[in-house]
Amino acid sequence: MQLSREELIRAYRDMATIRRFEERVQEEFSKGGIPGFVHLYAGEEAAAVGVCMHLGPQDYIASTHRGHGHSIAKGCDPTLMMQELFAKKTGLCDGKGGSMHIADLDRGMLGANGIVGGGPPLVIGAALTAKTLGRNTVAASFTGDGGSNQGTTFEAMNMAVVLKLPAIFVFENNQYGEGTAFEYAVGSRDIAGRAAGFGLPAAKVSGDDFFAVHEAAREAVERARAGEGPSAIEVDTCRFYGHHSGDAQLYRGKDEVRRLREDRDCLQHFRRRVGEAGLLDGSELDRVEGEVVALIDHAVEVARAAPLPDTEALLRDVYVSY
Amino acid sequence: MPLKSIRQALNEALAQEMRRDPRVVVIGEDVAGGAGSQGQRDAYGGVLGVTKGLFGEFGESRVIDTPITESAIMGAAAGAAVTGLRPVAELMFCDFLGVCFDQILNQAAKFRYMFGGKAKTPLVIRTMIGAGRSAAAQHSQSLYHIFTSVPGLKCVVPSNAYDAKGLLIEAIRDDDPVIFCEHKLMYDLRAEVPDEPYTIPFGEANIVRDGDDVTVIALARMVRYADEAIDALAKEGIECELIDPRTTSPLDEDTILESVERTGRLVVVDEATPRCSMAADIAALVADKAFASLKAPVKRVTAPHTPVPFAPSLEKLYIPSPERIADAVREVHRYGR
Repeated sequence: MQLSREELIRAYRDMATIRRFEERVQEEFSKGGIPGFVHLYAGEEAAAVGVCMHLGPQDYIASTHRGHGHSIAKGCDPTLMMQELFAKKTGLCDGKGGSMHIADLDRGMLGANGIVGGGPPLVIGAALTAKTLGRNTVAASFTGDGGSNQGTTFEAMNMAVVLKLPAIFVFENNQYGEGTAFEYAVGSRDIAGRAAGFGLPAAKVSGDDFFAVHEAAREAVERARAGEGPSAIEVDTCRFYGHHSGDAQLYRGKDEVRRLREDRDCLQHFRRRVGEAGLLDGSELDRVEGEVVALIDHAVEVARAAPLPDTEALLRDVYVSY
Repeated sequence: MPLKSIRQALNEALAQEMRRDPRVVVIGEDVAGGAGSQGQRDAYGGVLGVTKGLFGEFGESRVIDTPITESAIMGAAAGAAVTGLRPVAELMFCDFLGVCFDQILNQAAKFRYMFGGKAKTPLVIRTMIGAGRSAAAQHSQSLYHIFTSVPGLKCVVPSNAYDAKGLLIEAIRDDDPVIFCEHKLMYDLRAEVPDEPYTIPFGEANIVRDGDDVTVIALARMVRYADEAIDALAKEGIECELIDPRTTSPLDEDTILESVERTGRLVVVDEATPRCSMAADIAALVADKAFASLKAPVKRVTAPHTPVPFAPSLEKLYIPSPERIADAVREVHRYGR
């Protein structure tokens, strides 16, 4: 499918925003401004954006530990996200969720998830709501190769097929579950094939190639919207940082990350493709990158200056006794 | 007023709420039964018949038979709740909590707080508790204390048909996840139940009977056993106040403390195991907030700290009996006199 010029620019802008967001989070985390743990998505941008380009605010996604990219791709405000990561009152979740539990229901973002494999059952619930209320919306779960091994994921895929739900299971195979290789941990070494075993159409695409992800997602989303049931997509991708920020990455091969950055950078692939096809020229993309840098710089400034949560927030938004 | 069983009361509550609000759906294993089979649809209506007949009125889009897949059921219900449905999910036996707790503990219970108050999770999980049918270790537990210990969950443990209907309607209309515990031996127990819908607020204990000598607190089936024990004790001249908290979270602390401040003596009866239990929790509450009123040590009557045995002879020993309750009350009553 040929994308319009506006769509191409939006795709690049979203991917570049995720990349820059993660680079700054890495920087700010190292400086100590961000508490807790952060799991960075840089390198995997084409997966989130390739899928979420097909979704509107009424559609839902559920995410993983590595949720910043999905949030941005689904339309969450990076400035509010940055404030959440900085644990500020004005954050997307009032500073009570943090990186691993960031959510924005208004944007159809059901949350990053601190539990590996926590998302797929929630997504079939969102798909059930759509089907029951006749909303013509869809729901997509993002799961890593690690989460692909969880029983919750298997159960969710089976039930999605049984109830013919408008769900899409996206598996981002970034080659490692924490520090254990995909080749070791996924017995069949074939996540899409395993999904197909549950009765879902399952595609396998390269996450280096935004256009391949976009096309596979288009088919899956169209199928779901047409009431034809769930699909799965395995995206072969890579991450440029560790499992979490601060991970020494001793499990990586020598020069692995350098080579990944040289050979498998989905933003560079995108630039090359649109340049060769004469769709956009480099200066336009440079301009987008400049805007993105300014946006994220501003987000960090706002986050630094924002107030801490009120102490009353400790007891707010939950039934409390004792 | 018509007499109805707990089963009928629950069924009526579900049907009335489903008529009132199209977002209310029932989802679980064999909630209708017979899906995809050659035989009858609505073959079960829930394994003990609580949801029988709902399928005929509301159809398969609102009475949703699932595979045997508790994580997916609980997760789907949580995900549906946070996106606009008001699901009543069935966890057939509370023991099955073991295979799906994450979706309750880490997902549904946390959304509202973790997302800064921007999520509502109007989810009810109906589940069976209780020993007494020789269903043994994996189908007989009373795990409401585990749910009670989780911030973000509310927990209901009704003891009669009137309360069951009012509390279930309240649960369905509540915007937080509610665990609704039904004792499997009590479904046929009848009481006067109004035909029209009504609600009973959470966190309001029922004072089942008044008395000034000893406070007895009991839940679910233990309310009946305590009542029996108190009848026997009345003949000995011991007058007990029997309190049924009805919900363990929120817990009506005021009613408990007011009673103990008057009687100075407390027995807590709990069919669950003793460690980290409701019995322990209420004993701690009273020790903390009504210590000066106590005239005797708080006595807990619970199951032993063991799995539920299979043999009927052993199971009978496991479950607190009216005799054990009466003995505990006598001990507390004579203490210091």
